[in-house]
Amino acid sequence: MLIPCPVCGLRDVGEFTYWGDAGVKRPSHREKEAGPWVPYVYERKNLRGKHEEIWQHEHGCRQFLIATRNTETHEVLDAKLAGPFGGDE
Amino acid sequence: MAGFRTDTFGTRIDRDKPLRFTFDGKPVEAFSGDTIASALLASGRSIVARSFKYHRPRGVFAVGSEEPNALVTAGTGGETEPNVQATTRLVSDGLVVSGQNAYPSVDRDLGAINQILAPFFGAGFYYKTFMGPMKRSWMWYEPSIRAAAGMGRASLSPDPARYERANAFADLLVVGGGPAGLAAALTAGRVGARVLIADEGHVLGGAIDLDDARINGTAALDWAKEAADELDAMPNVRVLRQTAVWGYYDANVLAAFEDCSAGGLTRARHWRLQARQVVLATGSYERPIVFAGNDRPGVMLVSAALAYARRFGVMVGRQAVLFCNNDQAWLNAAALVEEGLQIAAIVDPREDLPAELTQPLEQAGARLLTGHVVLAAQGKKQVEKAVIMAADGSGETVTIECDALLVSGGTNPVINLASQAGGAPTWNADVAAFVPGTQREAWVPAGAMIGAARLGEVLKQGAVAGQASCEFLGLRCPLPSFKVDSRGGNLRASVEDGGLKPLFEVKAPAGRRFGKFDKAFVDLQHDVTAEDIRLAAREGFESPEHVKRYTTLGMANDQGKTSNVTGLAILAEAREVPMSEAGTTRFRPPFVPVPLGTLAGRARGAQMRPVRRSPLHATHAAAGAPMAASGLWMEPRAYPRPGEAAEKAALREAAHVREAVGIADISPTGKIDVAGPDAAAFLDRVYTNLFSNLTTGQTRYGVMLREDGLIFADGTALRLSKDHFLLITQAAKAERVVTHLEYLLAIAWPDLRVTVTSVTEQYAGIAVSGPKSRTLVSRIVDGRDMDNRAFPYRDVHRAAVSGLPVVVARLSSSGEDGYEIYIGADHGVFLWKRLLETGKDLGVLPYGIEATDILRIEKGYPGAAEFDGRQSLEDFGMEKILSKKKNCVGRPLALREALTSQDRLQLVGLQALEGAAVQAGAHLVKGESAEKPGESEGHITSATYSPAMKSHIALAFLRGGRERHEEVLYAADPLRGTHNRVRVVDPQFYDPDGSRSNG
Ligand SMILES: [Zn+2]
Repeated sequence: MLIPCPVCGLRDVGEFTYWGDAGVKRPSHREKEAGPWVPYVYERKNLRGKHEEIWQHEHGCRQFLIATRNTETHEVLDAKLAGPFGGDE
Repeated sequence: MAGFRTDTFGTRIDRDKPLRFTFDGKPVEAFSGDTIASALLASGRSIVARSFKYHRPRGVFAVGSEEPNALVTAGTGGETEPNVQATTRLVSDGLVVSGQNAYPSVDRDLGAINQILAPFFGAGFYYKTFMGPMKRSWMWYEPSIRAAAGMGRASLSPDPARYERANAFADLLVVGGGPAGLAAALTAGRVGARVLIADEGHVLGGAIDLDDARINGTAALDWAKEAADELDAMPNVRVLRQTAVWGYYDANVLAAFEDCSAGGLTRARHWRLQARQVVLATGSYERPIVFAGNDRPGVMLVSAALAYARRFGVMVGRQAVLFCNNDQAWLNAAALVEEGLQIAAIVDPREDLPAELTQPLEQAGARLLTGHVVLAAQGKKQVEKAVIMAADGSGETVTIECDALLVSGGTNPVINLASQAGGAPTWNADVAAFVPGTQREAWVPAGAMIGAARLGEVLKQGAVAGQASCEFLGLRCPLPSFKVDSRGGNLRASVEDGGLKPLFEVKAPAGRRFGKFDKAFVDLQHDVTAEDIRLAAREGFESPEHVKRYTTLGMANDQGKTSNVTGLAILAEAREVPMSEAGTTRFRPPFVPVPLGTLAGRARGAQMRPVRRSPLHATHAAAGAPMAASGLWMEPRAYPRPGEAAEKAALREAAHVREAVGIADISPTGKIDVAGPDAAAFLDRVYTNLFSNLTTGQTRYGVMLREDGLIFADGTALRLSKDHFLLITQAAKAERVVTHLEYLLAIAWPDLRVTVTSVTEQYAGIAVSGPKSRTLVSRIVDGRDMDNRAFPYRDVHRAAVSGLPVVVARLSSSGEDGYEIYIGADHGVFLWKRLLETGKDLGVLPYGIEATDILRIEKGYPGAAEFDGRQSLEDFGMEKILSKKKNCVGRPLALREALTSQDRLQLVGLQALEGAAVQAGAHLVKGESAEKPGESEGHITSATYSPAMKSHIALAFLRGGRERHEEVLYAADPLRGTHNRVRVVDPQFYDPDGSRSNG
């Protein structure tokens, strides 16, 4: 599996760490009730096909990426920077 | 089989280089270039192995990596390699080869008694004994069954061989160096593509030497040599010989195993091959026909017999019978006649074969038994005769004496890699074989693996595949032409043209049996019979995946290369469905057995993981400190005096810290720099307690939770300025804390203006601890009042030592008055020496990690052993550290009932009674005797002898433990054979009110 890091280029999956489903929205930091946190921590859809996920280029630029991966073929269709350098916010 | 060496040349062997090896202790003569199998056949040996379950004698069956029978053990001692395929391993002078799964030898094996027990060993034997009314009997039989069923034994000593891992990248990877692969590699290589070509054989060309052909006027074998030379000479092409590609992974990453055992420093190499485009030219395997007694030594594939004759000058028998159902086998039979094999008869279920096929055999004096089939192979230890009957089962049987019974049931394309990287294989009825399904990766197939039979066709497909790959890569590429003049030029190879009549098994007509134990074997390596498969079908197994697991068909280390398709055909017939409906199993890596050593490569022993050393490492070593690994870090255990044991030294050092002053290297401690205008707000969110109200120059202990509310890590934050903190964490968790913080900043709160930087390696750290520590530190720190009021407990200040900037924090993990001094890594040794010199009159001594551990256990401070990821704050009695004024990561879920319940495992102290030591790992039980311990109510995480308490003490987790102080329990340690009485106490053994460190 190869991931196109926007900073480093096409790199092997062994340099990256998987951090989970990017589609799961983290509740607001101000949310104190357990209710909304349970699905965030425990519930995942295990989708077939296109899947948005969080990867960190841990052994590279250390940036976090939002990668779109086809869970059937493991092809990474797209990867963009997350976080303050993502430019999306 | 009475094999022998002929006088003819043998293209693979060098008769000028004789050598000698041993098999089961007996010397065997061979030539350089022989495989173990060819040399054993040449020596006249027929039994080379014993079968897995029934211990039946087995001989060489094939010539390459499809061999199911001839597994041997090569080498001795630590270099022992079990389950080596005798057909692929070259012999070397002095090699020690042994037979497997046999006692005392493969010739006389006492385990053959299993044949008599055979009725018990049918399909699903293990499942039935585990689950049915026989469940109890399993315990009775298990030891002898385990001893009897099996493969070679691995050596128990370390493997001294060197293994390597390597990577290679290419525009085009060609898998298989037969004619199709050579044509593809030549086509692409000539236009400059970066080409890798990998072949499992020692010599490129595949089975081209079995075809009497001329290519562009050159004899086929010479053409292959020239092609190999041309490829070797191209700078853009790399040829990997003896390299079997065994796995096809996502994004065109393929795994390969290179056997380097023929010589050199390295025994084997694991390759990770990355290619933009792949040509699969993996060829085909000849498949057998199943009949009773078909596992007897002397039964062999037709093409294998021809290969042994041509490549090694070995004739596999004195008198052969051939049994086949296809034209190619007749061509091979004619070639075998030319090599000098005496063929008594050739048996084929088809009638009316073309004269050009039959004539050469007729002229050689062979009986032509068309319209017939072989019903059984008979003989004592090897084939002695073939029992033949009419294909329709009518009439009398004919018995013909022979010492070799050569079979061919057609060919199976080698579609394993294509199946790994593609859709389900499809049944092609015209060639009566499975061919690759749809591509899921960038590969194109060529040659025999998609059913091509004639050499001209194979070469053309290879060239077209090479050209198509170049076009995919954007290279313009001319198509080379191959003019082929071949004996098989007009070969009939399909069911439709009569070149092949599908036949997988010959069943005895009702009422006829041939010999008491004459099973008909499908999977020779796993001893799976045709009857086993029918039994599975009768018991309701339909899916090939289920039948495979129930019968173990194709699950041996040959992956059923010669048995899968035959087994599926028998299953399809039993279920009365066509092959296209019966389907096949999905192939999985590895295609060939891969020694684990190659996957490890050089990552063994000291190279298993990186080693981290403190900047003070050399100083500790020079002081004679024994070093121990703590995670990745090497740390000094203690500083023993001459003749003193490290354990004793640690007790002395711990006591000394409580009486005077000691210094310890804390450089491995995790140090994380957190800076930015929102740094304080960020720490409020990640720690359970408040940090924004900390003033510059103060420190605070804090705990981080995971999102699920359990404890993630603890540590101390040092506020160096309004926007700047230094976090001190346990060495073992430092990296995980950094990524945890990076994750939150990138994903959860990208709006926070904070940077997180690991500075563990930028600082050396030294802890100064003991009643005299303040005196010592004030002597070396310039311009800073160290008085208790000016520099109270938990304060941190920037200062200087001999003009070098330092961070000094008044912190203590020993419970004594103490300081932690952080200095640039390069100055760590200077600071260490300065402290030792300056404090000489105070009696300063270094102490190691064992004394550090003793001191923190005496104080009841939890360490890495206690924070194992399963605890809530309540388990430590630390619920007060969870601030009510603000939210933080994990807080909402930390308040769940299950995490705050008081009957969870809670931290307690233990005092050993009767002076006996207790150890981490022991369980806490109520039972007085080791024999009846009762249920575990908790476990010990850290234990030590305490010089301060003058007894053995421990930290432990005990169910509802905080309410159980003073209770007496037993520390049960069955592994180490101890069962000792302990008293539950408060975990803070020493100075519980903290007056020694705070005052
Ligand atoms: Zn990167």
